Amino acid sequence: MKHDIVVIGGGPAGLAAAIAARDSGVEDVLILEREQELGGILNQCIHNGFGLHTFKEELTGPEYAARYIEQAEERNIPALLGTTVVSLERQGDGILITSVSRQDGLLQIEAKAAVLAMGCRERPRGALNTPGFRPAGIFSAGTAQRLVNREGYLPGKEVVILGSGDIGLIMARRMTLEGAKVKCVAEIQPYSGGLKRNIVQCLNDYGIPLKLSHTVVDIHGKKRVTGVTIAEVDEKMKPIPGTEEEIPCDTLLLSVGLLPENELSKEIGVDLSPVTGGPTVNESLETSIPGVFACGNVLHVHDLVDYVSEEAEQAGKNCAAYVQRKAQGTEQTAEGKIPLLPQGAVRYTVPVTLNRDRMEDQLVVRFRVGQNLRNATVRVQADGKELLRRKRPVMAPGEMEQVILRKEWFTGNEKEITVWAGQE
Amino acid sequence: METRELICIGCPLGCPLRVEVNDALEVLSVSGNTCKRGEEYGKREVTAPTRTVTSTVRVLGGKAPVIPVRTATDIPKEKIFDCMEEIRKAAIAAPVKIGDIVIENVAGTGVNLIASKAVGREE
Repeated sequence: MKHDIVVIGGGPAGLAAAIAARDSGVEDVLILEREQELGGILNQCIHNGFGLHTFKEELTGPEYAARYIEQAEERNIPALLGTTVVSLERQGDGILITSVSRQDGLLQIEAKAAVLAMGCRERPRGALNTPGFRPAGIFSAGTAQRLVNREGYLPGKEVVILGSGDIGLIMARRMTLEGAKVKCVAEIQPYSGGLKRNIVQCLNDYGIPLKLSHTVVDIHGKKRVTGVTIAEVDEKMKPIPGTEEEIPCDTLLLSVGLLPENELSKEIGVDLSPVTGGPTVNESLETSIPGVFACGNVLHVHDLVDYVSEEAEQAGKNCAAYVQRKAQGTEQTAEGKIPLLPQGAVRYTVPVTLNRDRMEDQLVVRFRVGQNLRNATVRVQADGKELLRRKRPVMAPGEMEQVILRKEWFTGNEKEITVWAGQE
Repeated sequence: METRELICIGCPLGCPLRVEVNDALEVLSVSGNTCKRGEEYGKREVTAPTRTVTSTVRVLGGKAPVIPVRTATDIPKEKIFDCMEEIRKAAIAAPVKIGDIVIENVAGTGVNLIASKAVGREE
């Protein structure tokens, strides 16, 4: 089987990328989706708050997904459902994709270009080194979300949540509404990793305490969780002796971060960023392998699906342009790459390089800071010359930031561009 | 006069709001918001707070055991648990389309509970 563009993943990123690729003039676009329906994780995110940016109205996850699924259907973009990609390889100057599915068995697809849109996974319990037995009743927040919202099954009655990521906060409210008692949310950092609005509407509304600088130091119970011990931590995140508190509960939810899902990217040899865990991409959202693009949570974990769609649209468009240029024999060289360097409180940028010839009039550069800042400044410089300076009253690690770079600011001969944030 | 500090929940920006109210709990001013929605939220939150409720309802004869639902608009905050009480008892027969009314006038709020996802019949 041969296709021009194969999009791996049919969630919000994959859908927006496929639609944009088709709209940019590449007819032959195929989506591969592991689940039996399109929409990805949005299908279990039944809360509202999606789409304010894109559709100027507040939608739930499934409603947001439906808008894009409809657009894909209107364009008759084919999607293979229940199809899991098991390997990605380079073949000549294209990509060989191997997938498995119940209906087709093993399938090999040759693609001229591919868009990686596999999303992310939750950091599992094993990554936390929490002592204690291995009783039933420990779930990642996303697993609990799936059980409640898709299977109609409440996984517990008395709940402690470790980590204040957005999914954990959303699940604190959700389980409370379903009749469970959420005892507290413990967060090891001195600040929450979730959006402020979720602290208000998911915890404060229901009187659920948020214990900052606290972590779970012990899990009790042999067959089923019977309780957890939480303790306050010092600035080095070590538990402070004497602050332990035992909380009876039957369920522990973990909301301790998301990791881009790049097993396939590693296999094909895409360079990954040690900071984001996602591919390092250029201004076109193209990875270190020509013709392989990335967008959405597989690239870096987003807070807002609206920005995922926006980024994915760009990736789809650029992927289409790549296929068209190749067909015309007008491929571009990779020369003239200017590195984008994170400085000060900025932890990373997406993209990591910029080529002036290939960039559009405006380029969105997304980044995160590593600490809470008040009265902060964001500054962009090229070889020491200031290009942009912006005041930000508040910046937080949990909230993605962006700056827009204009093509007219660059000559193409710059040695480096720095993106800095901090207090001046 | 009293000043209340709130975080706007109108969108993920989470603007810090300052709402000035007089002794009769009438709103004198809202500041800190960056859009019109923020001003409205600030006023409402100190006088008559409202929320959108999202949950799931059992599906009969459908491809999925439950279907996601939401209140068509915000409802008074104190009605959330009454609303959940009705949601827990409800069931709807497949097929269901997005926007189908699942419960009319849920918990006497004057607001309908609607489906937020389509579910087909079990094959």
